[in-house]
Amino acid sequence: MTEWTMSGALNRALYDALAEDPRVLVFGEDVGRSGGVFRVTDGLQAEYGEARVFDTPISEAGIAGAAVGLCFAGWRPVVEMQFDAFSYPAMEQVVDHVAKMRMRVRGRVDMSITLRIPAFGGIKGKEHHGESPETYYAHTAGLKVVAPSSALDAYRLLRQAIADPDPVIVLEPKARYWSKESGELASDGPGIGNARVLRDGENVTLMAWGAMVARVLDSAAILADEAISARVVDLRSLSPLDDAVLERCARETGRVVVVHEAPRSVGLGAEVAARIMELAFDHLQAPVARVTGWDTPYPPASLEQLYLPSVERICDAARKVVAY
Amino acid sequence: MSDEPEHGAGTEPVRILAPDGSPVGDADVGLSPEELRELLRWMVLARRLDRECVALQRQGELTVYPGFEGQEAAQVGSAFALGQLDFVWPTFRELAVALVRGVDAVQYLQYHRGTWHGGPYDPRATRFGPICIPIATQLPHAAGYALGQRLDGSDAVTMAYFGDGSTSEGDFHEAANLAGVWRLPMVLFCQNNGWAISLPSSEQTAGEIWRRAEGYGFPGVRVDGNDVLAVHRATARALERARRGDGPTLIEAMTYRIGAHSTADDATRYRDDAEVERARAADPIARFRSWLLAAGHADDRFVTACEEQADAFALEVRTGVIATPAPPAEWMFDWVYADPPPSLGRQRDEALG
Repeated sequence: MTEWTMSGALNRALYDALAEDPRVLVFGEDVGRSGGVFRVTDGLQAEYGEARVFDTPISEAGIAGAAVGLCFAGWRPVVEMQFDAFSYPAMEQVVDHVAKMRMRVRGRVDMSITLRIPAFGGIKGKEHHGESPETYYAHTAGLKVVAPSSALDAYRLLRQAIADPDPVIVLEPKARYWSKESGELASDGPGIGNARVLRDGENVTLMAWGAMVARVLDSAAILADEAISARVVDLRSLSPLDDAVLERCARETGRVVVVHEAPRSVGLGAEVAARIMELAFDHLQAPVARVTGWDTPYPPASLEQLYLPSVERICDAARKVVAY
Repeated sequence: MSDEPEHGAGTEPVRILAPDGSPVGDADVGLSPEELRELLRWMVLARRLDRECVALQRQGELTVYPGFEGQEAAQVGSAFALGQLDFVWPTFRELAVALVRGVDAVQYLQYHRGTWHGGPYDPRATRFGPICIPIATQLPHAAGYALGQRLDGSDAVTMAYFGDGSTSEGDFHEAANLAGVWRLPMVLFCQNNGWAISLPSSEQTAGEIWRRAEGYGFPGVRVDGNDVLAVHRATARALERARRGDGPTLIEAMTYRIGAHSTADDATRYRDDAEVERARAADPIARFRSWLLAAGHADDRFVTACEEQADAFALEVRTGVIATPAPPAEWMFDWVYADPPPSLGRQRDEALG
């Protein structure tokens, strides 16, 4: 069995997509010669040439807008926004055109765009390098949003995003780029639209995505020593959410803790909690708890562990929900 | 070389016909007498339809409508130079371009009737992109499209329309920069109509728009946008330059927005009637008609026929617009995704019962 880093698996996903579909293009800032600041596009230009894998000026709106035009010309653009906060200059293009264009032309042109964004915190990054923008995108009709938590799943989700006829935002957890996972890469199987249960449990369900999944798994192991059986769900498809898994887990465990890095207020956890209430209110044994970043700007490196949901905070929330 | 754009022509716009229609330059722009008559026919048709649209809005048959009276030469002269496979990325004020491109006017006007957003017509079949309201955002689309065309080995050129107000937006800069860096086969066609809603172009930018091209590494040219021959020649040269692989050109066509920004705007709040009257005196259609008749390429009978045809066309469009119903309710849901999530399907059921 091969051991993959997430960065390596994403690189392989791009490599394979470029090989399989001659209409796939990969472009963005520093993705060509340098291979990307996180090396996700390493070697792609050497293999597939400068026509299909190329560098752009520092021009996020131009990159996203050009992707729209390329779709009209029949191409399948896979573009990189270098860091989470640097996707904001492209917001007008993404919200007004990438998301709406298919509707605007009555389905005559698919916006088969993949927007890769290294996202979330936890790497002692500079200001504007630790944001969790999922709510902005998940709130926009016409987009799909995924956030992988492991190498093999990153490969699957990125391949599915590229193959998808709709625009998909892929939020790649920077803190997990060098995490390793062993196994065979596969693009098929449940992916976009599906959550996955990573650990079974009966007393409480812990739900998370991206880099928080690893912390939730660590938390479940600690809780097990306290005789609390915690189920772990990697939501990974943030838009659309997997209502079936939300409902099933809420019904079966009666207690849910949702964990995310983004600020709490109007975070995706609120949507998860609302859906669980709509789908399984009668089965709930306790209010859905949220363990999240604070309603503050993402802090400097020296304070980021205070901001990010810690194993301690997750375990505390689970204990309270179970004791409710 | 005769096919070089007139960059460096300077602040004074390139002109072939003086406002009174007398030639001040070489009027042979490579068009046959029949094609010259077509230019007039399109301009007359476009103005007549534009006025019909304003009337339709006043009568409640269209929602807000953005007129283009005064800009017929800029739009028709440039659009007439396009090849069949060239692709246009318009703003929301290019109805005359749409007509010349063969876009069905009734379908186009669904946008302003409030029965569909974007492009109710087929943008790929008509080679005319969706109507674009967010200022300058169509320009990066044009850049991407131009790149895609080149990657396919096509010699088609991408034509991007925008106004003077657009040049203050970041998307103008980003698209122009991409066009320059990638030497894209595209033409950036600015209609400087003097006003962006209430802001005069003198307050929009301190410089001259055509000069910005130099900073992006490609030629710019300023033409008299009310001189259909000058517009046509400048556009044809820019298209030819792009087609042979020499990259983009920025054309600034100096024209004037005779009407308000839209039917929802009252231009008397911010500009003098005297200015509008001066602009009317530089009317692009009267100018060209005068020359066309004097040059013996058309006679009064042709002019009358154009006007009659325009009246009939306006009536036909009016009838079509009024007959356009609201779209089926399910369309609100059916085009959002190619592969819609189940949750949207449930909302669709909830909404439609």
